[in-house]
Amino acid sequence: MSATSKLGEATDGSAWNTLRRGLALSPEITQGLALTLVLAAVATAGRVVVPIAIQQTIDSGVNAPGGPDIAYVRWMLLLAAVGVAVTVAAAYFMNVRVFRASESGLATLRIKAFRHVHDLSVLTQDTERRGSLVSRVTSDVDTISRFVQWGGLIMLVSIGQLMVATVIMTIYSWQLTILVWICFLPLFLALRYFQRKLSAAYLVVRERVGAMLGAISESVVGAQAVRAYAVEARTQQRIDDTVSAHRDAAIRAHKLASGASSTGELVAGFANAAVVVVGVLLGVAGDITLGRLVAFLFLVTLFIAPVQVGTEVLSEAQNAIAGWKRVLGILDTPADVADPGEDGAELPRGPVSVRFERVSYAYPNGPTVLHDVDVSIAPRTRVAVVGETGSGKTTFAKLLTRLMDPVSGRVVLDDVDLRDIRFASLRERVVMVPQEGFLFDDTLAANLRYARPEATDDDLRRALADLGLDDWAKSLPAELSTQVGQRGESLSAGERQLVALARAYLADPDLLVLDEATSAVDPATEVRLARALEGVSRGRTSVTIAHRLSTAEAADEVFVFDRGHLVERGPHAQLAAAGGVYAELHSAWVTQAR
Amino acid sequence: MRDERQATLREGLRVLRRALRDEPRILGIAIGGSAVYGIMTVASAEVIGWATDNVIVPAFGEGDAAAGALAVAALAIILTALLKSAGMAVRRYFAAIGQYRLQARYRYRVSRQYLRLPLSWHHRHSTGTLLSNANADVESSFFPIAPLPFALGVVVMLAFALVSMFLADPLLALVGTLVFPAILLLNFVYQRRLSPPATRSQALRADLSAVAHESFDGATVVKAMGREADETRRFAVVANDLRDANVQVGRIRGAFDPALEALPNLGVLAVLLIGSTRVVNGSLEAGTLVQISYLLTVTAFPIRAIGFVLGELPRAVVGWRRVSAVLDASDSLSYGPKRLPAADGPAHVGVHDVSYSYVDDTPVLDDITLDVAPGRTVAVVGSTGSGKSTLAGLLVRLVDPASGAIVIDGADLRDLEHGEVARAVALVFQQPFIFEDPVRDNVTLGRAMPDEHVWAALRLAQADGFVAELDGGLDAPIGERGATLSGGQRQRLALARALAREPRLLVLDDATSAVDPEVERRILAGLREASLPSTVVVVAYRRATIALADEVVYVADGRVAARGSHTELLRDSPGYAELITAYERDAADRAAADHEAARHLGDRA
Repeated sequence: MSATSKLGEATDGSAWNTLRRGLALSPEITQGLALTLVLAAVATAGRVVVPIAIQQTIDSGVNAPGGPDIAYVRWMLLLAAVGVAVTVAAAYFMNVRVFRASESGLATLRIKAFRHVHDLSVLTQDTERRGSLVSRVTSDVDTISRFVQWGGLIMLVSIGQLMVATVIMTIYSWQLTILVWICFLPLFLALRYFQRKLSAAYLVVRERVGAMLGAISESVVGAQAVRAYAVEARTQQRIDDTVSAHRDAAIRAHKLASGASSTGELVAGFANAAVVVVGVLLGVAGDITLGRLVAFLFLVTLFIAPVQVGTEVLSEAQNAIAGWKRVLGILDTPADVADPGEDGAELPRGPVSVRFERVSYAYPNGPTVLHDVDVSIAPRTRVAVVGETGSGKTTFAKLLTRLMDPVSGRVVLDDVDLRDIRFASLRERVVMVPQEGFLFDDTLAANLRYARPEATDDDLRRALADLGLDDWAKSLPAELSTQVGQRGESLSAGERQLVALARAYLADPDLLVLDEATSAVDPATEVRLARALEGVSRGRTSVTIAHRLSTAEAADEVFVFDRGHLVERGPHAQLAAAGGVYAELHSAWVTQAR
Repeated sequence: MRDERQATLREGLRVLRRALRDEPRILGIAIGGSAVYGIMTVASAEVIGWATDNVIVPAFGEGDAAAGALAVAALAIILTALLKSAGMAVRRYFAAIGQYRLQARYRYRVSRQYLRLPLSWHHRHSTGTLLSNANADVESSFFPIAPLPFALGVVVMLAFALVSMFLADPLLALVGTLVFPAILLLNFVYQRRLSPPATRSQALRADLSAVAHESFDGATVVKAMGREADETRRFAVVANDLRDANVQVGRIRGAFDPALEALPNLGVLAVLLIGSTRVVNGSLEAGTLVQISYLLTVTAFPIRAIGFVLGELPRAVVGWRRVSAVLDASDSLSYGPKRLPAADGPAHVGVHDVSYSYVDDTPVLDDITLDVAPGRTVAVVGSTGSGKSTLAGLLVRLVDPASGAIVIDGADLRDLEHGEVARAVALVFQQPFIFEDPVRDNVTLGRAMPDEHVWAALRLAQADGFVAELDGGLDAPIGERGATLSGGQRQRLALARALAREPRLLVLDDATSAVDPEVERRILAGLREASLPSTVVVVAYRRATIALADEVVYVADGRVAARGSHTELLRDSPGYAELITAYERDAADRAAADHEAARHLGDRA
């Protein structure tokens, strides 16, 4: 429940480091990069074919020293056409290679990051908004690919274009080259400034998109509440405000962008005017030919595009780096409850015993919520865990199923520390059913099968019958094929719990941990379920956390938690008679529920 | 396929027309700016051509620069560049204004629909779909608006360019008349080829996000069942499909982009080939050659704007279809003209022959009739999935019955004007919705009430304790959907919200299920002592809650199976007795079994 995110961005924040680490994680991107760069160089060089052809046509054709030479012009233009064709081919192969390399690399990165999110501890997952985790494996990666395939390519080609143009220009006239650079240099230097302002403006836009989505979602997710309290006008006002705020921020950002990008044309005008004036003066002095001067006018156009897209490409680059950092941030977050993997122990199936050895737990930077718990559970025992909200009973369950690891002490399963058991083996033997039975947007059958993919429909029906849920399943519109909706929302809260329980039952674990798993189910169904679970699970160890104490009455042993301490343990009758915490809880429950 | 494309084009043009109609002034200015830009692009080539003939060539020929002509050329170049860049700035800025105003306009409309449409409509659409209708779909509907003024300006530019070329030299102009249509044609083919894989990649992106969302939402289940590897495989399938679709997009872009760039270059080479011979034999000025070459060079990029618009059309059409589905939804919860009598005090509630079903043929409620006298407290009891929550929802008119009527103080809920039901009735849900607001606003929901009143409601709901401990008290912000609160705290806050409104009918739908028994006991005692001016309908399983009721209604199979006092029902209704005494019977059975076992052991010993 803690609100502060534990997931950071990549720890070493520099852009260069992010790039280096990001590329290391997606080796596909850099494979064959050398050839791609060669192709890029060829494709870039093609951009100056036309200015050179013009210069050659004028200086070596029309104005050739020995009189006009049309034959030369023809050969030269044919060569130029071939040059254009080669450029097209090179650009094609470059594009395809860039797309293939970047898409493959980023798909790998996405999948790695996705897997890592599932490897993070429940605690870490819970500190993060789900939407933010999703965007790290979707839109953040898209930002990178967009940059590599658009902005990055444009940047690469633009820089190449500037370099090649500068080389040709220097050959034609170093004086005019300096002149052109004097015109454009301030603009190139100003790009960073514009980009920073633009980034700040886009940041505001993104924040406002978030606020807008939040407000709109209240009209959708909270539709019932809005309707029940007739607060439509208030909700609408809020939506309208955030929508308008987003619009204004977006327009402001675009104002900046429009100004920045249109200056390119203006500066090109100044450069051309200067080229004409100085070029003519140089020409009069005999320092430049006519063809070269005209070629300059064409070469100047190559300077405009980098200015026009410069600010946006730089912003895109910054977004891509930020996105990359967020994705790396996932991978940098240690999977603090880690799978020992191949090194881990594999336990044989069968009745299981559990022991807590002086186990304490505290949330990071938080108070200790479980103090020094020392207890053991014999195989085939049915244990009920009771206590008030905040007494530490859910923490106990999470430690027992290794959704969290203790801060001190250890939890031992069949004499093996939980931390040393391979997840594959652990999850097969220990299954927990949480209070909120999450269902996937699929059929009832598919949700049940989640526990055992190979189960047949008959297996599913048998399991439901074992639990006395067959009548309920038959009452659904399409029985096993009933679609449960997003998160199972087509079913009631109680029905979702029934499915979650049946799912766990199908998984057939040796230790079943129920965390208020039937809290929304009616008493008769709850009792029936409890009995059914017992009836078919004599060989199973079970731990049930419940605030309905009927469970405790039926258990072999009751653990009573109070403010993080295990204060009482023993069979129901004994504890009820002892006049302690349990007796008090039980009597409160009896007056409430019975 | 062809028909579908034409339909897309037609529909796309309709979206553009609608946009132009909605924002004529703003988009008009943008188009004007774009036209200036287009005309100045042609003019810049004219100026370069003129300068070549009248300044540069003479200067090189005579070895002497005419200062006056040089100054005119420089000024003309700067002036055209200035106008060109101003036109561009105006076009970009106003196109953005138009685009975002349109987005905002349709977001206002879509969200108004969300708030207007009945819950039955909401039930048929997933949350994710509705959110993306208001966000991404509105956005993509108006994507083509950004390049639209550019494209229209380009049409002006092309007209001027052709005229300019024909005036300069009809023969070379023919090259232009070949190159321009070729670029346009290639653009059409390009967009047509790009559209299927681009659409596919768009759809896969949505799928990928849906898989990730669901998988992370269910992370605890995934972990508890040890299904991380399977989930990763499920994600990888979509991620790899997306990769393939994007590579396909890249292949098409990779082929067409360079080709589009090459076309004008080849045009320039053709112009040079034809032109150079004619310059030599004197039938063409060098300046004209330069002018037309320059024109082909500088117009090559803008022409592609037409392609940008066409390229965005398929996405815009898809987005627009989804947006209009929301805007055109005509379901409605109609309101009548009536108001409830201005009376204070508890309401009289009648449920007359009410039926309701979510899916056809499977009635959740089947002909329910119920009458609750003012001031009475009625408990509705039934097994899981028996339709109790549906009944609760009907009482506040979240939905209307399929048949029958809900009547408060003699008025059918459907005849009351908007807001009247909520003024009289408050419902507390089992899973309450908490607004991303401070505590105070979550209680008042914008209604003016003094802080003491808010505190009193919180006290009655046993929520004053934890609220007082929050940093900021009533002003403490509560995160997204109340994520910073526990389930029980959320329920108590929602209860306070209902109590603060002093409803004449209070409906509690298992509203304290996540609250500890002892706290619940205090809440119920408080409610009893406060002697609220309310009729109360409470859905519950717990004995203590039921004990609060004057009367119990037992619902089974969507019907009222029995009603009466708790004691009467225990005696007369086996179903009710079985449900409500489940714990005791269980305990008794176990005790008996233990006793039996003990006796066996004793016998043996």
